[in-house]
Amino acid sequence: MADAALANGASEEERVAHGVEIRNLYKIFGPNGAEMVEKVKGGMSKTELNEKHNHVLGLNDINISMPGGQIQVVMGLSGSGKSTLIRHINRLIDPTAGEVLYGDQDVCAMNAKELREFRRHKTAMVFQKFALLPHRTVIENTVYGLEIQGVNRRTARKAAARWIARVGLEGFEDHYPNQLSGGMQQRVGLARALTNDADILLMDEAFSALDPLIRVDMQSVLLDLQAELRKTIVFITHDLDEALRLGDRIAILRDGAVIQQGTGQEIVLRPADEYISNFVQEVNRARVIFVDTIMDRGEIVEGAPELRQRMLLEDAAKLFAETGQDRANVLDKTGRPIGSVSLQSTISAMVTPNTH
Amino acid sequence: MDWIEFPSLGRRDLRDLRLTIDGAFREFTRAYGPTLERAFEPLEDFLVWLEHLLIESPWPLVLIGIVGIVFLLSRNVRIAAGATLALLAIGYFGMWEDTMRTIAVVTVCTMVAVIIGIPIGIAMARSDRMQGIINPILDLMQTMPSFVYLIPVVMIFGLGKVPGVIAVVVYAIPPMIRLTNLGIRLVDPAVLEAADAFGSSSFQKLSKVQLPLALPTIMAGINQCIMMSLAMVVVASMIGVKGLGQPVLQAINNQYFTMGVMNGLAIVAIAIIFDRATQAYGKRLQKHSEVIHG
Repeated sequence: MADAALANGASEEERVAHGVEIRNLYKIFGPNGAEMVEKVKGGMSKTELNEKHNHVLGLNDINISMPGGQIQVVMGLSGSGKSTLIRHINRLIDPTAGEVLYGDQDVCAMNAKELREFRRHKTAMVFQKFALLPHRTVIENTVYGLEIQGVNRRTARKAAARWIARVGLEGFEDHYPNQLSGGMQQRVGLARALTNDADILLMDEAFSALDPLIRVDMQSVLLDLQAELRKTIVFITHDLDEALRLGDRIAILRDGAVIQQGTGQEIVLRPADEYISNFVQEVNRARVIFVDTIMDRGEIVEGAPELRQRMLLEDAAKLFAETGQDRANVLDKTGRPIGSVSLQSTISAMVTPNTH
Repeated sequence: MDWIEFPSLGRRDLRDLRLTIDGAFREFTRAYGPTLERAFEPLEDFLVWLEHLLIESPWPLVLIGIVGIVFLLSRNVRIAAGATLALLAIGYFGMWEDTMRTIAVVTVCTMVAVIIGIPIGIAMARSDRMQGIINPILDLMQTMPSFVYLIPVVMIFGLGKVPGVIAVVVYAIPPMIRLTNLGIRLVDPAVLEAADAFGSSSFQKLSKVQLPLALPTIMAGINQCIMMSLAMVVVASMIGVKGLGQPVLQAINNQYFTMGVMNGLAIVAIAIIFDRATQAYGKRLQKHSEVIHG
């Protein structure tokens, strides 16, 4: 048994999780959504659609390519359509038009049975309000996904117990959800999703209901797990700090449309419009921007102190303060210098520009 | 001044109408009565068997059995002790046999109501149209004076146990159906969404999520069903159901005050025992669904 589990773990590392490709996705709420798509394509606004035709524009021409094995954050304020979007990936909500591709399968074209199999084996979801089954204990909640798949009880319990321990809930297996704190309940939610061993992990504002400290704690748990599991994670949040901390890629949604997507660095340094730059202003840039983002590539100074790729501006500033130098080389993963940053450029990147 | 008269059907037409309907029903009774009676034979056999079991077994065993069930349901020593005292008093005042008959009838009626009521309740919860059709029927069953539907039942089955059971079930089943429906509809949509997200089939959703979470409400339905069955015992005795109802009926007819009160109190006693036991059980089921800490 243990050998089998080990073998599983080994093959997991080699296998790269498939990405998810969202193409031209529209969702219009109302009785004649399909007819309204053409109007929206013709440029009708959300307000106009609502006033003239009494339909609500949920998602407007979404195109996101979510890379396999990475964390894709979808960020937006309430009403921006982010929760609607994530529910299209496992089709808890049916689209009005468009495609959601997993490998070469279109989730939107699956029949009921295929969709059920897809949900059972390829996706797992964590919810904002936990959505645990109140009549089941922690372990019974955690085995739910496997139980639905028809995995035998002993195997399922063994897998569940492993994940419960992994999220730090050992000893709480036989507690009921209402005996746990919010943070612990969401750990159960996470364990339940992980036990499914699915490629895609959908997290709908999973940490938004938690206290700030516990939230940061859970983010670390997720990053630790991801370093090991390399799943395709879609993470919904309204919090830019959370988005920047977790996201390999970030898409920002407003009124049902994507207004910018890219890495956190790109969004912080080059916000696409005023709406985003307002957001970005509040961010502590020293703790977000990497030295290699602002370095002068190829310009290497003999004898300068050294920084590593993926270090933050804060680390660079600390180094400058300690050494009294005004230029430092940046090394890549192998330790080879690839460029350098100056004190001047570090400071100007840390300061929030006044104009967009 | 003709228009002052209400434009009603003539007396002769009215009589013809009644005769036609009555005639048609009588014919239906003659044609299908025996078949229907035969269909209900297993139910009657079961009721007779249960009655015998309760009456013929030595009373201490029966007492222990009933109190045991009450304790298992309630996990409460006081309720079990109260049940023991009440049953001993009932036996002491010579009402043991009638009480056992009544308990047998109420048990069978509740079982029938559960077996029929829960599936109907589930069907109602799954479709709004179904709810729209069934709700008015339940209203009718609850408000129609019970004597009125005793007429066709007696015409088909005559006097006896089966028509009694049918009459009681018709009266007692609506809360069972309504509360099953309500319980399923009240299940948190977020939890259902989670069940969907993990790929539950609709049967898995029903059996693993909806029914378990609706169980406390369904238990309240069973409790109501038992209470209403007990309330019907006296009416059912008019069509030949033996038990505590018959002495009450006799007491009404002959103005035997003490006899009426004693048998009435016996009905009250078993009602309270059943009520406390099932309510305590329902509460126990609910324990984990309450208060979610933030």
